Amino acid sequence: MNEFAKEISERSGQPISSCYQCGKCSAGCPAVQWFEWPNHGFIRKIQLGAKEELLKSHALWMCIACETCGTRCPNDIHISSIMDAMRSMAKAEKVASAEPSVMAFHTSFVDSVAKYGRVHEMSMLVNYKLKTRDFFTDVGVGMKLFFKGKIPLKPSRVAGKADIDKVMASSADKR
Amino acid sequence: MDLSFYPGCTAHSTAWEFITSTRAVFDVLGHNLEEIEDWNCCGGASARALDRMVGLGLPARNLFTAQEAGRTLFAPCAGCYNNLRRALKALEEGGEEADALKKTLGREWDKPIDVWSLVEFFQRPEAMEEIRNNVKKPLEGLKVVAYYGCQLVRPPKVTDATNWENPTTLESACEAAGACAIDWSYKVDCCGADMGISHGEHAGTICSNLGVKAAEAGADAIVVSCGLCHANMDMRQGEVKLPVLYITELLGEAFQCEGRDKWWKKHVIDPSGLFK
Repeated sequence: MNEFAKEISERSGQPISSCYQCGKCSAGCPAVQWFEWPNHGFIRKIQLGAKEELLKSHALWMCIACETCGTRCPNDIHISSIMDAMRSMAKAEKVASAEPSVMAFHTSFVDSVAKYGRVHEMSMLVNYKLKTRDFFTDVGVGMKLFFKGKIPLKPSRVAGKADIDKVMASSADKR
Repeated sequence: MDLSFYPGCTAHSTAWEFITSTRAVFDVLGHNLEEIEDWNCCGGASARALDRMVGLGLPARNLFTAQEAGRTLFAPCAGCYNNLRRALKALEEGGEEADALKKTLGREWDKPIDVWSLVEFFQRPEAMEEIRNNVKKPLEGLKVVAYYGCQLVRPPKVTDATNWENPTTLESACEAAGACAIDWSYKVDCCGADMGISHGEHAGTICSNLGVKAAEAGADAIVVSCGLCHANMDMRQGEVKLPVLYITELLGEAFQCEGRDKWWKKHVIDPSGLFK
């Protein structure tokens, strides 16, 4: 195996070299229509060491971690764990995400948890809108939820914020 | 039975009717839910998408709190349940990650507990009898499909599900309440998850297809046990617009719990017509 495949195998704990391209993963994937390559093609690219291409791919961010592929894989390869490891790598190596809106959602969500210990939808969505600079998509849906009282104005806070800070800092320890 | 309870962040927002109906139904069934103190967010799909240890550390803090009470931790939200179980498995395995979690939070994992969703709760041998004994208005004539989505069942090494391609527990609960649960082929398909925010049009493609399939199966409503499945199916189903009920709302109707009209008002697709 090439160095990249070895590193991803190690970080994700997944036996990437066992993939024999049966395609069962791709057959059941709900998001494959938005990937550059089907799931098994993504694994093949790792086996071939196409690091740059993969870290810049849409597939990396369009995988929604539904675990359909990993659950069905005859070789027990969980692509979702591989995606998690590769997103961390892309983030650490400052590779721009091919899907800025997905990146903006994840960072807005984690920022909200880091700040309050719980997610506060209102400020998270405002933060998300600021990051994507797309202020109009789904405004109607958002307003509907707001008027149904489903997006409270006030955040709910965790008292043990010190623990949350420690968890957030634990990410740096691993790299 | 006494259970520790993890409501999750959406209890106060998008899934208010899920958690409110859960409390009402457990009250009728005579089970006590003790909310764990100062619980924090499980990390959703985002924490682990960006960093494995943050994704495990957030749910782990809740597990460390819950182990003090020594009771099974019950998390109705499928996403919370899945994250809590991921951390549970890491702690149970006791490897490097467990050591890192214990070190980060300065706690020991010495009083193991279990983590349940509604599926495990309904799988207890006496559960269906408990439901049947409390039905005041059998939901005769109501045809539903049960929709599990991802997080309740996958991956089985996290959930310990034994029938992950064709689970039937939610259907049993619907039938115990007098409804007719129809079999269909899409019960463990994904709803599009977070694409509901980042790519609403894609979530719409997925959910409108699911709506069509549920209608083709002959269902009047879709029964879920996940806040995100509910949000996506309730807002992005396209033309079909089948009402989407939480399983606890369906049971609450059969039990004639108080305040049900407030639950229905939270839905985008109004389900109240199902019960007239």
